[in-house]
This record gives sequence, structure tokens and C-alpha cells, in this order.
Amino acid sequence: MKQSEFAIIGKPIPRIDGMIKTKGEALYTTDISLPGMLYGKMLRSPYPHAKILRIDTSKAEKIRGVKAVITGKDTPDIKYGCMMVFGFPEASDQYFLARDRVRFVGDPVCAVAATDESIATEALEQIVVEYEELPAVFSIEEATKPDAVMLHENNPGNISIGVAYKSGDMEKAFKEAYYVREDTFNTQLVQNCCMEPQVCLSNFDSSGKLTMWSSTQAPFLQKMLMSAVLDIPQENVRVIKPHMGGGFGAKAELFAVHYCAALLSRQSGRPVLICHTREEEFAASAMRHPMRIELKIGVKKDGTIIARKGTNWLDGGAYNSLGPQAAADSLMFLSLPYRQPNVDFQSIRVYTNRSPSGAMRGLTGPQVQLATDIQLDIVAEELGMDPLDIKIKNGLKAGDVTASGLKMKSGSIEECLQKIAEESEWKNKYGKLPPLRGIGVGCNSFPCGTRVLMFGPATALATALIRANIDGTVTINTGASDIGQGSDTVICLMTSEVLGIKMEDVRNMPPDTDLSPPDYYTASSRVTMMVGNAVINAATALKAKLFEAVSKQLEANAKDLEAGDSRIYVKGSPEKGVSFREAVEICQMLNGGSTITAQGNFDPDLGPFDLRTGEGDYSPSYSFGAQVAEVEIDPDTGRVKIERILRVHDCGRVISLLGAQGQLEGSVALGIGGALSEKLFFEEGRYLNPSFLDYKFPTSMEIPDMENTFVESNDPVGPFGAKEVGEGCINPVAPAILGAIYNATGLRFKELPVTPEMILKGLKKMKGEE
Amino acid sequence: MKKIIELNVNGEKHEVAVAPNQTLLEVLREDLHLTGTKESCDLGSCGSCTVLMDGNAVLACMILAVDVKGKEILTIEGLAQNNELHPLQKSFHEKGAVQCGYCTSGMIMTAKAFLDKQPNPTKNEVKEAISGNLCRCTGYAKIVEAILSVKQA
Repeated sequence: MKQSEFAIIGKPIPRIDGMIKTKGEALYTTDISLPGMLYGKMLRSPYPHAKILRIDTSKAEKIRGVKAVITGKDTPDIKYGCMMVFGFPEASDQYFLARDRVRFVGDPVCAVAATDESIATEALEQIVVEYEELPAVFSIEEATKPDAVMLHENNPGNISIGVAYKSGDMEKAFKEAYYVREDTFNTQLVQNCCMEPQVCLSNFDSSGKLTMWSSTQAPFLQKMLMSAVLDIPQENVRVIKPHMGGGFGAKAELFAVHYCAALLSRQSGRPVLICHTREEEFAASAMRHPMRIELKIGVKKDGTIIARKGTNWLDGGAYNSLGPQAAADSLMFLSLPYRQPNVDFQSIRVYTNRSPSGAMRGLTGPQVQLATDIQLDIVAEELGMDPLDIKIKNGLKAGDVTASGLKMKSGSIEECLQKIAEESEWKNKYGKLPPLRGIGVGCNSFPCGTRVLMFGPATALATALIRANIDGTVTINTGASDIGQGSDTVICLMTSEVLGIKMEDVRNMPPDTDLSPPDYYTASSRVTMMVGNAVINAATALKAKLFEAVSKQLEANAKDLEAGDSRIYVKGSPEKGVSFREAVEICQMLNGGSTITAQGNFDPDLGPFDLRTGEGDYSPSYSFGAQVAEVEIDPDTGRVKIERILRVHDCGRVISLLGAQGQLEGSVALGIGGALSEKLFFEEGRYLNPSFLDYKFPTSMEIPDMENTFVESNDPVGPFGAKEVGEGCINPVAPAILGAIYNATGLRFKELPVTPEMILKGLKKMKGEE
Repeated sequence: MKKIIELNVNGEKHEVAVAPNQTLLEVLREDLHLTGTKESCDLGSCGSCTVLMDGNAVLACMILAVDVKGKEILTIEGLAQNNELHPLQKSFHEKGAVQCGYCTSGMIMTAKAFLDKQPNPTKNEVKEAISGNLCRCTGYAKIVEAILSVKQA
């Protein structure tokens, strides 16, 4: 596709909020204060598992400046589960303020609001809680022992959720396979580490209306969940999302900060701000599910996969959070990105006495992709094949339908791999580099939004409202949350492209649940695909109204008109036209002075889909990608130096060039941390390194040169042909790096992160055996 | 308990009543309402609260307000002069070095202090200079590019 067919799409246009962010003007939730505002704090359990025998808050209540103290007994007896409002009511298992039992170190027990933070902290110190400790389980292995203590009475075996999908004749396929092998992979605890911690400012007024300024990826979901757990009407909850200091998945649901801020505000009659400290963020904010992945693969002599059995064990922590979604997604990731005719997949999420695992960029994709790609590397070696070739051979492509029903609509793994082979000079390097230098390759395919019907079947997957203003600008309102990734800019770019007006003339309304159309959330890489399509449809409908209105004056048929350069004119004769501003005026005059509005939605017919089995087409489309890492190992320190990382990503169409590059670069940085350095150490129920000093996420020094190449496969469903670019790219980082480490040293790792210590040990062992 | 001190921030003098344990970051954000400087770790380990003190990049969460008497503080709000963006602000915006923006103020202030002392750095020197400023969004690539482009300008 030629770039020239677009006026603005695909160009390196700076993001719409870049200027105010560089000036320190952008207001984040932490920057907002209201008259009379109080500061809230939560008292958290020091035990991983205990009964609460007694809570005495009397001393705290008497402290000057303390305006509200609440415990579980002051809350409605309604258990929370992120998916309680859409199809998984049985997944509700959590009291945000413990009523009689705590299940992790950090489980909130009481909350206080005071006139300043130090008074609130002092009040927490004066609260007396008596506990009776219970036995606890800290790993999947411990939790699934037959005699293990149960975290929740309705979940025998501590199984929080299980989903499974099976298709084909496994026994026959494995019998016929030329080569069969089994491997187990383990991944670690990784924290989202948003630079802005969880924070919420709540104001519960006397009319019963709750307004929340919330750093959230999901204002509408928060509204629904808050109404459910407080048992108040949905329309009594208003969620406003200010600028946001990152999300990555950590802020995709409701948390104790939101719940406690609301209740403290109701009790005190004053606005209440609660902001996690960094330590609380590590102790209690959502993190990536540690996983154990057991894979069995059967291939033909030429490397063609004929069967795959996979079991994902997810360490869920103490509560469900969005566990059902994580489990279902991990099942889907087993189906990607390679063809496999016979499959037997299951995902089992297990309760442990740890803060709940939730969402993080890629959800469970990075874990599953590590296992899939490394096992395929091993198979390739056993068959005497190049790992890149076995991935080309099996990679999904447009037209393929996976056993579970995922339909590939554009692009292919092969195209991405061919490109990256060329750019990385793979054939000149693989197996030909000097000792201690190596090269590895990983792949990915990622959904462009999941079909979770949060609002029920009567509401579209996305809706956009658009209004033409009398000054020639337009206002677009989608409810979508820009969490830093740049979706507001994408929305403005698309609006500008359709209407032929300047991007500066498009105003994007930040989400406000009282004013915006319902939006699901910023998660599962859905915004460009789903909201983008709704935006195009809304802008197109608005354009049709303007064309119709000016057609008389221009003595032309509406279908012969065109919009561009902030004008509407007759195709082929740009001089015969009116300015966009005049068009709006004419249209209003013809409509009795009414404001000109339109709406568009995205509600494609994608056939049936069942989240519980993973059967059906999960997403409107799927991205593809490939990554190559080149590493050098220091034999004295065991340190892995990443020389370069190359990425090829099929995002269908680049909408915002700087934004798309930034998404790839950020994904890779996150992936490098997950592969080599990030691990939250957990012992006897406690995190040992809950700070940026001790939890090592990459600094500028750990990031190598990165090279981006986009493939534009022009997706048939995507807006302007676009697919996702925000998450898929993290999945192949670890397998590419681990593959390169193997290529450099002969050390095959099946767990994350790979530390210098592990490499040194491995090198020593190899020497000893020589 | 509180003591009245004079703070010189962005070329303006302010009289503020501060408690002895109050940090410069708290005073900037809560008393002077200069919320462009961000708090992320409150432990001197992320760089989000970086401001300049007499031209040197310092972490406002690790400095007591009472110790700042007589020093010149520059925050992100004081960087643009006469409504003109500082070259670093301009390049961060134009090169796509901003995503969520929460680290941006600290990152720009660190870069300013660094470029003031070393106007022609190499790429590695830039990386080293910002290695105390954490960013979870960008992978630093465009931040490094933005800082280098100012050097060449």
C-alpha cells in the first residue's frame, strides 16, 4: 500500500498531549486536590493467611484530624470479582476490606481518612488487630497438594478457575509423529511498575452520587463494579480519567484504593484521596501471573507440527482478580502463532497466599510464547533444522483457522520471518558467530481486542460520538482511555484523515462516564481496532451529513464531493467548494440551528465465541511479528550483553508512526527486563525486594539499539487496515534472547529470568563435564 | 514546629511555613502547587522528582525543604522562557519521547543539567546521564534521541 493515499495516517505526527506533558502542565490524578480533601491510608495484614479475631479502632478514631475509620464490618457484604458483571459471577471471591480472614501480606483490613498523610499514618499505628495465623501456601506446588489448606471454601484443590479446549485425535497424532518431546517452563513474578502508582480521588456527595477521579484503564468497568460492590445504582457512579502515568494492565479493574476512597468519603462527607506508596504498589498492585507451562509436541520428520498438548498453571495469588480472562487468554496463546491440527489445551489458575496476579502487558502471552518458541528451537535442533526455518514452516498466515476457531485475516509469520532473516543476516550468523556470541529468534501473534461482552449483547464493542463545532473544529468522544500509549492521538489522527481537517482542529474528549459513550477498557490491544473503527464510522457519518447539506449550494451530487485541506469540494475541481467551517454553518442553518452530531460503532459479526472454552474467534483480527536478538556473554561475570534487537511487526497499517515505534520500543524494554533481570522475590509470604532499588527493571543502560520494521498487511477488518501494536511485540523478546543465549553458550534455559549467576553456574558445569 | 523560610523557585521568591521533616518535593507540590514535578518512589530511586538546585540535578524527595534556603530551584514549570519551549521540551515532544509523561519532567530536568555541563555528549554519555531516571513506557530510545538532537541543534 502506498503511503501517499493518506493525508496524515502513518506520518510522524507528535502526540496531542506531548506539549503539555513536557511542560509539566498535564494533570494526573495525583495532582488534583479538592477543597476539604482528606488523605486516606489502608492498614494491611502482616500475615499471609490468618483469621481476624478482633479489631479495635477506638484509639485511632480519637486522634485529632482523623475524620473516618472503616473496617470490613462497615462495608456491604458483597464479594468482588473483576468479572462478576460479565458472565463469571462465581469468580467473586474478595472483600476489599477483609471481614474475618486475610489471605496475603498486604490484604487491607482497615482504612482511615485524615486531614494529612502523617496523621493518617499515625492513626494506622494506633489500630489494634488480633489475628490467628493459619497455614499458608506459597506456590502452585504447595497449593495443589491434597492436604493443602483451602483459601476459599468453594474452591477445592485451590483451583480458582479452569478452562480447557480439545480438538482432533491426540493419541493417533502422537503415535504417528516422527518426534515427540515434553518440556516444562517456569516464569517469575513481574510487577507492572507504573511510574504513577494506583491512585483515586473520590467524592461521595449527600445526594448519593459518587464521583471518582481515577487513574484507570477502565472507567466504565470501574463504574459497573463500584455500583455492584457498594450496591448503589450504576448511574450514581461517575468516573473521570485524568492524564495517566501508565497502566500496562495494572489499572484494568477495581482495587481496594477505589473502594476505600469511596467509603471513606461517604463516611466523612469529604473528598478522599488514596495513593499507593511505592511499597504498597509492589505489595498489592496487580502483577504478571507466574506460570508453569507443560508442553508436549509431536512433529513430522520435516518439522511440521501435528499435535500439541499444553497445560498452563497460573499462580493466581489470593483472589481471582481478572483470573478468568487470564486463564482464557493463556489458552488462546497456546493456539498462536503456529499451525497445529490436533490440540489438547488446559489452563488452571491456582490460589496462593500472595497478592493477586492480574493483568500486565501481553497478559499471559509472554509466558506462553517463551515455552512455545523455546520448545520449537529444541525440536529444530533435534531434527537438524534451523530454528528460523521450523518457525516459517509452521507459522500461521491469513486464511488459516486454528483448531479452536481463531481466524487469521491478514499477514503471516512467514513474511515477518523472511524480512527479519534478511535484516539480521540470520543465515550468515546462525551457527557461524564466534564463541560466546549468539543469535535467537522469537515470534508472536496477538489479538486486536477480545470479545468480552461487558455491557451485554445490546451494546456494540465500541461507540464514538462526534460533533461538528461552529468554528470548524470537531469534538470526538469515545470513552476510550489513553493510559500513556497514545490512543487519543490515534483517535484524532483517524478523525482528521476522514474529515480532511487538521489534527489541531480535532478535540478529543477524555473519558467521563457521565458524558462519554460506553467503552469497555484499554486492554487486550483493542482500542485502535475497535474504537478506531467506531471513530471512522462516526466521522464518515458526520461527513455524509455535511456533504448532503452543501451539495445544493455546490450544485453537485453529495457522492461527488470530497473533503480535504479543511474544505469540502467537488471531486476534481477543488476550487468549487466551501471551507469545512462554512459547511458546518450551512448544515446547521438547514437543520434549524441544531448542532451537527453523528455516531458510529463497531459491532462486526464474528460468529459465536465462548470465553469458558476458548472456542470461536477470539478477536476481530490478529497481528504477527518476529524478533531477533544478538547477544554476547561475558564468561567471567555471566552477564548477557544484548548487542541488538531487531523487530518486524505486522500491525496491518501504521496509524501514528512515532506512537507505533514507541509501542514496540517500550514492549521490548519490558521484555528485556522480564527475560534477564526482573523478579519479585517471594519468601514465606513476603516480597523481599519491593522497591526500585532492589527490583531491577531496565534503565537506559540495559537497552540496546533497537530496529523497527513494520509490515503493513492492510487488515480487512482493521481501521485503515490497522491491527494491534501495543502488546504483541513483548511476547517474542524472551524467547529470542534465550535462544541467543543457547546459541552463544549451549546453555538451554526454560525459566525466567536468566541471571548472570545461572549462566556462570551453567558455564562452570559445562567445563567440569568437558 | 513549622518554620518560615524563603524559597527561590523558578526565579520567584516564596515564603513558606515548613515542618522540619518536609521534603522539597512536598513543598513544591503541596504548598507551591507546582505539580509538574512528580512523586513516584519517594525513595530517591526513580528520578521522577528531579529538579535543579543551583544548576545541579537533585532528587526533590531526598532533600529537606529547610535545607534549600538560599539556593535557586528550577522546576519543569520554570524551564520555558517567554512562552518559548526549551529546546529539550520541543525535542521531547517532536521526537515522540513522551508517552505517559510521568517521568518526563524529571527526565528533562536531568537532561538539562547534563547538557548545560556537557553540550556535546556521545550517545553512551546520554544514556549514562539519564540512567537514574526510570521510564516504563518508552524503552528510552526516543528519549536518548531527543536529548542527542538538542546537542546537535
